[in-house]
Amino acid sequence: MNKETTAEMKISNVLAFTIPSNEVMAWLHDRLESSADERGILDVAYKTIDTPVGSLLLAATKKGLLRVAFQVEGFDEVLELLARKVSQRILKAPKRLDTAAFEIDEYFARTRTRFDLPLDFSLSSGFRQVVQRHLPNIAYGQTTSYQHVAALVGNPRAVRAVGTACAKNPLPIVVPCHRVLRSDGGLGGYAGGLAVKSALLQLENAR
Amino acid sequence: MKKPFENIVADHAAAVLRVCRTVVGVHDADDAWSETFISAMRAYPDLPEDANVEAWLVTIAHRKAIDVIRTQNRTAVRSGELPETAAPFGHQRTGDDELWVSLRSLPDKQRQAVAYHYLGGLPYVEVASILGGTTEAARRAAADGIKSMRRTFTEMKAKGMSK
Repeated sequence: MNKETTAEMKISNVLAFTIPSNEVMAWLHDRLESSADERGILDVAYKTIDTPVGSLLLAATKKGLLRVAFQVEGFDEVLELLARKVSQRILKAPKRLDTAAFEIDEYFARTRTRFDLPLDFSLSSGFRQVVQRHLPNIAYGQTTSYQHVAALVGNPRAVRAVGTACAKNPLPIVVPCHRVLRSDGGLGGYAGGLAVKSALLQLENAR
Repeated sequence: MKKPFENIVADHAAAVLRVCRTVVGVHDADDAWSETFISAMRAYPDLPEDANVEAWLVTIAHRKAIDVIRTQNRTAVRSGELPETAAPFGHQRTGDDELWVSLRSLPDKQRQAVAYHYLGGLPYVEVASILGGTTEAARRAAADGIKSMRRTFTEMKAKGMSK
């Protein structure tokens, strides 16, 4: 290797390894979040929070809270799905989720029994959305059955479809599908796992 | 399948900042970076799935950097020296100063060729399409830039400023 090439490599190596500090990168990211939001191009903002039932991913559009996801669902997969179904303009931008995160904290601290948040149900449609919009009517600490919910939404034979609507609830915890059980008292299913479902019911003193 | 834009930021933020710093200097790099990513985020949904994201970002950064350079020239801020008022967290690593000084002394075209090839990772054919001119001219601009940086750099090294 001649002298020239060595020197060239040296300069370019030094350039390439001039790594901006994490502090700078965080500051720039922060600035990107606010200016994207100001200019109306932050279609989906998200953050993750720690709770007694593990990490949760919260995502929101300008309309409201769009998605609450459990770690077992795979946050990367959830975000990729949001990119496909809602918008690719997604940023980790915690500010939009501040109120939701605060209310969820309060819920786990047992100082909140109902959520007061704008919700964006655009991930569900048709009967599923009808069922999901109905679920917040089940009061804190109460439980009901898939069958009963089917009757309440005016389709008593759609028990299985109600089960699916609960399973596909994009906003677990906030939209309390954990309060819906089988008629025989069995837990049924839960996206976050049955242990989480019973933990939530226990928190609410429902069981 | 296209990733959420957050992944694009995570994967390319640092490289694009290095490119911006190289082209417009540490002082104005933050603004060039911000304009680049806002513009990229706006256009992202229309970017073809198989596009070379790095090249796309560097191309946008180049346009934004030209805007910045025009402003610099208008306000006669550029003097071949580092500006006195650095942006927050300007440059951190000791030993980088002489690098930026030697970069600042390069003519625009050489500095851009060095940035896009060595930091943006673009092949010379892409560098040429951004800068205009032939691939060979782009290669020569980068080589001349490195050569002249080496001179400045070696002088400073002799003074014991760098390892």
